[in-house]
Amino acid sequence: MSAAERISGDAWCERIQSKGRAIVGVGGRWTVFTLGRLEKPLDAMLGRGQRADAVDLSALEELDTAGAAEILRLAKSLGKGTAVPIENARDTHAHLIDLVARQKVVREKPQGQSWIVAQLTLIGETSIGIALQAANLLAFFGETLVVMGSVLLSPRRLRTKAIANLMEEVWLRALPIVGTLVFLIGVVLAYQGIEQLRRFGAQAFTVDMVGLSVLREIGVLLTAIIVAGRSGSAFTAQIGTMRVNLEVDAMSTMGLHPIEVLVLPRIIALVITMPLLTFFANIMGLLGGALASSIFLDFTLGQYFDRLQEVVDIKHFWVGMVKAPVFAFVIAVVGCYEGLQVSGSAESVGRLTTKAVVESIFLVIILDAAFSILFVSMGI
Amino acid sequence: MKFPRPAAPDDEDGPRSLVLGQPPQDRPVVIHIRNLKTKFGTKVIHHHLALDVFRGEVMGLVGGSGTGKSVLLRTIIGLIHQKKGVIEVFGQNTDTLNGAARRRLQSRWGVLFQDGALFSSLTVAENIQVPLREHTRLTPRQLDEVAALKVAMVGLPPDAAHKYPSELSGGMRKRAGLARALALDPPLLFLDEPTAGLDPIGAAAFDQLVRDLQRNLGLTVLMVTHDLDSLNAICDRIAVLLDKRVVVGAMPELLEFDHPWVREYFHGPRGRAARSEAV
Repeated sequence: MSAAERISGDAWCERIQSKGRAIVGVGGRWTVFTLGRLEKPLDAMLGRGQRADAVDLSALEELDTAGAAEILRLAKSLGKGTAVPIENARDTHAHLIDLVARQKVVREKPQGQSWIVAQLTLIGETSIGIALQAANLLAFFGETLVVMGSVLLSPRRLRTKAIANLMEEVWLRALPIVGTLVFLIGVVLAYQGIEQLRRFGAQAFTVDMVGLSVLREIGVLLTAIIVAGRSGSAFTAQIGTMRVNLEVDAMSTMGLHPIEVLVLPRIIALVITMPLLTFFANIMGLLGGALASSIFLDFTLGQYFDRLQEVVDIKHFWVGMVKAPVFAFVIAVVGCYEGLQVSGSAESVGRLTTKAVVESIFLVIILDAAFSILFVSMGI
Repeated sequence: MKFPRPAAPDDEDGPRSLVLGQPPQDRPVVIHIRNLKTKFGTKVIHHHLALDVFRGEVMGLVGGSGTGKSVLLRTIIGLIHQKKGVIEVFGQNTDTLNGAARRRLQSRWGVLFQDGALFSSLTVAENIQVPLREHTRLTPRQLDEVAALKVAMVGLPPDAAHKYPSELSGGMRKRAGLARALALDPPLLFLDEPTAGLDPIGAAAFDQLVRDLQRNLGLTVLMVTHDLDSLNAICDRIAVLLDKRVVVGAMPELLEFDHPWVREYFHGPRGRAARSEAV
């Protein structure tokens, strides 16, 4: 008997010559915790295409199902085509090996593709996905408008209590954050304007610049972005969680229309409150400009607002305000739509919430650009 | 009727946990609980609770709603902390363990939560590999092999391995959860309502699966259940949670135990039907 090679560690196997037969002896603990270290030496031993007549388990101390599978694999690779016999196994080990051998294990790997095909597939799938998404969103817009029309014809179906609660959530509770942020942007805008315009001695025009940009763009755009991140995402998460809990399905079976019950109150609440929020944001932005002007320009508050009234026409205020309900509608519709797309898992709630925020901010900025072209061509 | 005898000396007065009949004392104790007290706020869930689970037995845990079946299970596996008392699993006090010792102990038990609690962002095979990746150093080939083996052992079709939990039926999710619980071949298995939500055929098949695996792998099983058929089919002994403590015994002993809830539970129409089927 000669020990040709012995793999040490908790689990080991060795090649023995006994009575003219080649035997692979297996010993130690063959469990999930030890098998990792056995892979390389085992492969090296089998890689030389060596054969044996049997596998001997007399030295085996501990075995689990993973170890049994490994021993079966060893027996199979040692024989030519058919597995070599497994000998001297304890009853418990033989039982376990038998149990594993009886399982119909099929290892099927998901089919791999070449890199180029995978990339092309990805591009194609993404393009179709975007087109489908646009079509579905448009269909949802339409459906919402139809339901809205029918509800407005019989206003008793309007859920005023839900709307009031939502208004508190999306408007009253959003005031501090919107006010603070737009105020700070007003300060920054005025400060930067003063610095740049001072070189031409035109620092007084800072008031024009701050007034125009806050009223026409910054106020409403910043409000829309904050609302999309704050309320749009909340809409998706709320409705999405209700989908996971099957509440939306329960609602439908009771004859309640999910769009009427869940979507419409959110749209109405946001469309009503977003102009109010934008108005507040505009005031705060102008006040921020006033603060910066009084510090760096030695304007008094009175002088600042006198100049503002003189140079900024009221139409600029309306240009900003008219966009607010449109943005609100888009944010609410996208938020609710993505919420209703949730299916099954908690993971999809998170994914679709992110998607809703990104999509609504994207659409808001696209729409803002469209408005800007429209107003220029109208000469406003 | 045999005389109930106290399972352990408790340090205070009050109802004691009882052991009816003869527990398999020749075998080593796997779970050992003494004088356990758990409470949420001011509500006491368990008081003077004592329980021994011996190696190789299937212990059913039953009780009315709100008696703390799941709480007891979660306390044993360390998800809830007890107010007082000792819990030993494999002779190790779960309270004082930390770090590596605690992780080693956790690798020796598997837990099947209600409805599987599979990670929804991973496929079934990846779910099974989570404990393997965490506790072992298996190579990618071995990981794949073990996952495929476990999928086959719990009776799932091979193509289920690459599906996500949301693509599986409730029964398949439970089987996948069981496969994950068995990933490390733990000697101890906790099951939380394994047959809840399954149809009778699926429930019977799952019972049979648990029984087969338990016998073949020599597992010790502690299962919370409401299913009288399961109790009859696979449990060696049953622990009934009553008045904040447990009464433990085999089915015939519990049938003779005189307590309103126990009588109603085992002698009610469902209890009778399940028993007559089992006989």
